[in-house]
Amino acid sequence: MTNAIDVVNVSKVYRRYARKKQFATLKSALLKGSLIRDLQPDETFPALRGVTFSVPKGCTYGIIGRNGSGKSTLLKCVAGITKPNEGTVKVNGRISALIELGAGFHPEISGRENVFINGIMLGLTKREIHRRFDEIVEFAELKDFIDAPVKTYSSGMYMRLGFAVAIHVDPEVLLIDEVLAVGDQSFTAKCLDKFAEFRRRNRTIMLVTHSLDLVEKFCDLALWLEKGKTLAEGEPKRVVASYLLDVGNAEEAEIAKTEVTKAAQVARDNAAGISNTAGQPSDVVNTPANMFQATEGRWGSREVEITEVTLHGPDGQVSHVFQSGDGMEVRVKTRVHVATNDFVFGVGLFNADGICCYGTNTNIEELQPDEISGEGMIGFQIANLDLVEGTYKIDVAAHKLDGYPYDYHRLLHTFRVKSRTKDVGIYRPRHRWNFTSNIRFKTP
Amino acid sequence: MFTNLAALRRYRGLIQTLVARDLKARYRGSVLGFFWSFINPLMLLVVYTFVFTVVMPTQHPVDIRPYALFFFCGILPWTWFSSSLSESANVLISGGNLIKKVLFPAEVLPIVSVLANMMHFFLGLPILVAFLIYYQRPLDPAELLWFPVIVLVQFIFTTGLALLLAALTVHFRDIKDILGNLLTLWFFSTPIIYSMQMAPEHYRWVLNINPMTHLAISYQEVLFHIGPHGHWKWLMALLGGSVLVFLAGYFVFDRLRDSFAEEV
Repeated sequence: MTNAIDVVNVSKVYRRYARKKQFATLKSALLKGSLIRDLQPDETFPALRGVTFSVPKGCTYGIIGRNGSGKSTLLKCVAGITKPNEGTVKVNGRISALIELGAGFHPEISGRENVFINGIMLGLTKREIHRRFDEIVEFAELKDFIDAPVKTYSSGMYMRLGFAVAIHVDPEVLLIDEVLAVGDQSFTAKCLDKFAEFRRRNRTIMLVTHSLDLVEKFCDLALWLEKGKTLAEGEPKRVVASYLLDVGNAEEAEIAKTEVTKAAQVARDNAAGISNTAGQPSDVVNTPANMFQATEGRWGSREVEITEVTLHGPDGQVSHVFQSGDGMEVRVKTRVHVATNDFVFGVGLFNADGICCYGTNTNIEELQPDEISGEGMIGFQIANLDLVEGTYKIDVAAHKLDGYPYDYHRLLHTFRVKSRTKDVGIYRPRHRWNFTSNIRFKTP
Repeated sequence: MFTNLAALRRYRGLIQTLVARDLKARYRGSVLGFFWSFINPLMLLVVYTFVFTVVMPTQHPVDIRPYALFFFCGILPWTWFSSSLSESANVLISGGNLIKKVLFPAEVLPIVSVLANMMHFFLGLPILVAFLIYYQRPLDPAELLWFPVIVLVQFIFTTGLALLLAALTVHFRDIKDILGNLLTLWFFSTPIIYSMQMAPEHYRWVLNINPMTHLAISYQEVLFHIGPHGHWKWLMALLGGSVLVFLAGYFVFDRLRDSFAEEV
């Protein structure tokens, strides 16, 4: 079987001009006599570095990667819109690129005429367009507006018409760049049906998308591009999984970074707090009026001080990103400046909207305080973190039985819950579905 | 370069459609529609007549009477030439979407603007015919055979310059601004509102190195002056020159082609 697309060792370098040197005018360039020098780029930006892959005929090929990883550049190279600086791109068969929809539309003339012009731009003949015209209009759902000038169209109508023309070019190789976000649910479904039809007819599709679901469900092969390089290629489920893992790690690093700055903040507060313990605990006055209002902060007299809060995954490692249903442990380190027998420890979980998902403390759970002194550590273990996907913050507090705060950390610590299920709400009860035998679902 | 040039033939259908679109879209929404193709030169005539009869009255020499007819012989092709160039200078930038997002042969765009303006030139010709009939000027059919040749020479020359300007403007945006003034200067150095005979003897060489002079004179010889087309040697020389201009223009365009998608 021959390949529809062969990309061999493709590199693309974009030139970047420093702003101060970028001449806006020919005159200034001539006057300074620096025309040739200014034309030389002083910085280059590699968008693709030696990418090699091939797409067999009839294959649906997905390309995923973060923003700026070179996906669109790769697509443009395959489409022939830009030329790679190195390497070769070979495409067998008529190609149609859905990069921007309705790119050649002229606003003043009618949809009907634009369909013809756009079709010819995309390589159809007049006769072919005639034959497909009704189908195109039908697909775009624009029967009543086809004779109105395109400038009167809404952006959705515009996109739909562009999409309809492009898809009816009936290419052997179809390149799609994130264009499925067109129109409403039913239109998207229609587009997917059209793609499915393409696949049945053994056409080749190359798809650039952020929708990992689509890649998993739809593609035969996938490629993960990162900073212009191929990081993984092959079976979509595997590629998507490793991509997700990497995204998780990056988020982990991101949250960890902000946590570090917060830790530094806490350390500074600690230093300030120590000098305060001998005198009046002035921070007490900073206690917010409404304890249920979610504002970040830290207050308290610091007679019992929380020196460190860390979150640990099931493996005991410090972590900030958890899979829904995993275990989590909150570890709180304490240092006591004045030994006491009046203390309560509490933990609260809040979601990004500031809604309290769960809250408890040692007093509520009827643990009688006896004695605290020196340095210690508290572990708060959650067996299963049954939350839906999202970012959560936690409260950790040490206070007296009557509420007098020793050290209150409000919303200072962040973690993320990831989930492959897009369920909604806050809490995910452990559940399963049961059906009688006359209700059947397809097995995936 | 030559393979690309040969590929141009494949885009005939595309060029045709785009020219038609251009003509349709241009006057869409205006009340008089394509009548503007007549009215524009007429209004220019009124302006120049006002200037030369009221503001600075001059006696037109016998050889350029009736003046209206003489004027139209020059101004119609000039309008084709100058609007083609000013449109071409902008055409890659305004068509940036096509170049960046669709696999689209960029040279089609300046060629389309030259052709669309040529169609306007043709649409303006009836006004010339009307004046010919009004003044009862005889036309020599044998001489008229030269007309398509002149049009062809002008087309090749204009397209060459249009390609060059279109490609350079992508990199130097201020060509657009320079071009306006340059075209005004060029207009007055071309015998359109005056005849070659009216120009001072020792400045004629300046006019002679201006290619548009020979096109204007050729149009005037064929459509206005009675007697044989005496300017054909110049015209043939210009044909050769125009082909060179075209090849040079296309060469530059072809060399810069790959930069368009990034620079536009």
